[in-house]
Amino acid sequence: MGDVGSTAPMAVERPSTDVRPDLPWVTIVWNDPVNLMSYVTYVFQTVFGYSKEKAERLMMDVHKKGKAVVSSGTREEMERDVQILHSYGLWATVQPDSVK
Amino acid sequence: MNSGFSTRDGGGVIAEFEAAEVSVLRSLVSLVLGLVAPGETGDDPLERALGIGTGTEPAPSDPVLARLFPSAYQDEQEAAEFRRYTEATLRDGKRADAQAMLDSARPGRVELTPEQAQAWLRSLNDVRLTLGTRLEVTEEVHDEIAMMSEDDPRYPAYVTYDWLTYLQDTLVRALW
Repeated sequence: MGDVGSTAPMAVERPSTDVRPDLPWVTIVWNDPVNLMSYVTYVFQTVFGYSKEKAERLMMDVHKKGKAVVSSGTREEMERDVQILHSYGLWATVQPDSVK
Repeated sequence: MNSGFSTRDGGGVIAEFEAAEVSVLRSLVSLVLGLVAPGETGDDPLERALGIGTGTEPAPSDPVLARLFPSAYQDEQEAAEFRRYTEATLRDGKRADAQAMLDSARPGRVELTPEQAQAWLRSLNDVRLTLGTRLEVTEEVHDEIAMMSEDDPRYPAYVTYDWLTYLQDTLVRALW
């Protein structure tokens, strides 16, 4: 789909950590027909501490483009994020940032 | 149909349920509980303590279980490895959420603490994922129901799904 590049800069605004633009791993959330737009926004706010505006922007990316990078960091950090997102029923995967 | 969840004074959420609604909720949550077996870990005490499972499968063959427990990696080997380290914990979490919902769902006024509300939120979502996957719903499901004949054999299940959607949406908004 090729939208990873356009959404990645937003995702590195990770609160309470340094801005590290070259982080090598990303968490991706994929669109699905069941999860509600309100619920997905709420989960992004709850899990990542994102503002409602940022969470809504990421949710709309997932909804319209089919997927969005929602966080970036070390592989271990991304695996932890994916595990939490799975506990909320979101369809999330982890991959190296270089894979499009 | 009830008016869904609203914010409770002093924290948490509140809703009113009819007996028929509670029995639908309870039967669907029990269904999820039946599908999601307790997490299995190896015999090794360290593996048990860490929730490390025994499975080597990349993904469950049942579409509902594949949706409740998605693959974290596109690579099958990496997906299976991640699953081995996380799925038992994920199963136990989903079962605990479902049990918390069963313990607090009753006819009449239901008041939930913030913690119980989170369990309901995740458990309602698991129920919707289960039902939605079985019904193969699309994003246009709400419009499809509006056009569906009440004589359609799928109608009751779709209406139930739509009600669960409404209920979950009111819960999210009550928690915001």
